[in-house]
Amino acid sequence: MIHDFHYLKPGTLKEALAMYAEHEDCKVICGGQSLLIVMRQGMIAPENLLDIKHLNELNYIKFDEKDGLRLGATTTHRAIEKSEVIKKYYPALVAMENKLASIQVRNWGTIGGNLAHADPAGDPAPLLIALKANIKVGSAKGERVMPLDEFFVDYFEIAMEKGELVLEVHVPVTQPKTGIAYQKFNYLTNDMGIVGVAASVTLNGGNTCKDARVVLGNAGPTPRRSKKAEEFLIGKALNDDVFAEAGKIASEDCEPVADIHASEDFRRHVIGVLTKRMLKKAFEEAQGK
Amino acid sequence: MEKRLITLNVNGIDYELYINPKTLLVEAIRDHIGLTGTKRGCDTVSCGACTVMIDDMSVKSCSILAVQAEGKKITTVEGLEKNGELSPIQKAFLDNGSYQCGFCTPGMLMSASAFLKENEGKDVTEEEIREGIEGNICRCTGYNSIVRAIESVVKGNYKEG
Repeated sequence: MIHDFHYLKPGTLKEALAMYAEHEDCKVICGGQSLLIVMRQGMIAPENLLDIKHLNELNYIKFDEKDGLRLGATTTHRAIEKSEVIKKYYPALVAMENKLASIQVRNWGTIGGNLAHADPAGDPAPLLIALKANIKVGSAKGERVMPLDEFFVDYFEIAMEKGELVLEVHVPVTQPKTGIAYQKFNYLTNDMGIVGVAASVTLNGGNTCKDARVVLGNAGPTPRRSKKAEEFLIGKALNDDVFAEAGKIASEDCEPVADIHASEDFRRHVIGVLTKRMLKKAFEEAQGK
Repeated sequence: MEKRLITLNVNGIDYELYINPKTLLVEAIRDHIGLTGTKRGCDTVSCGACTVMIDDMSVKSCSILAVQAEGKKITTVEGLEKNGELSPIQKAFLDNGSYQCGFCTPGMLMSASAFLKENEGKDVTEEEIREGIEGNICRCTGYNSIVRAIESVVKGNYKEG
């Protein structure tokens, strides 16, 4: 049962930030597709609930060929999935959203809420980190921007100070000759991933790897880059053997835990396989550009 | 206990409710307004039995606060019929036997309606229809009869009103 709370409904972002600064023991609700579940389970029982779902100031998709993509925090998953401009410039984002939970959840759930919830099994974070996204947070005192891979601190914990809200996700322009791929492994297509892997590969002319990212989902307390796999890839002439070796490195460079869905060993195995496959897919896409 | 006065527009009618802000949309619809067509299933955004439409988008009313739906157009299964006549998708469900126990039917009808609205005038594949009801679980039919019903509406076998 959900515990009673004091409901705060700000009219503007400025008002929201002021309210958030004023109230102790305050949680923020946007789409609430994850939050209401944990509230119902009694895992959290905040005294105050600040609703920002209706703040249209934060509901936007902006794209500029020099600046890249900017997603306001209250933009829904479905808006991202249906965006023509995202489909054109970041097709991997559309493919990821298409497999995120269900249509109903995507219609109401938001990108800012998903990231702030910081479930290590969440889909957007690994892919956005592979895309080198930044996240903008702000409080009544001011705003700051950090790389998304520094945003996640621990299970459901993020690098935000008291009174700060997620405001925007910024995805820079993808470098030329770059391919991006994400896949999660699960038993039902749209479930949360037992594990997931996002990979980006930038080629340096020919088949040599100029830059790479390997980001693992649900392979530890936070979405995490396998920097060892990335270092191994950069500068190498890419082929299937290199992808397999990078997969092996990634499968050892993570901290998955066993649960009812899979053992630790199985998770490591799948991380290795998915890393290999996603690198190959990203590589082939980069070659085609 | 804190209470708020809110107005919910359900199936074109404004309802004034004096409710605890923790009230879920499904509770407001069923327990406060008294429209019990919308079902309460898993309560964890998994089964889709509680699906309603907000501004013509399908959503799961078990995981939305009623206060968040204020000022929006809510449609429940009771709002599908027009002037006492079943909507095309409801007729198609009847003709195709798209239910057995019936518990998923209201939610399934809402997802199907949202899908049909979104794809009006477009050619859709069976795969797309199946994706359109991805958020709704049916434990009886095996989905085939539901997919057939949606398909028959897409093909124009049923006319509005």
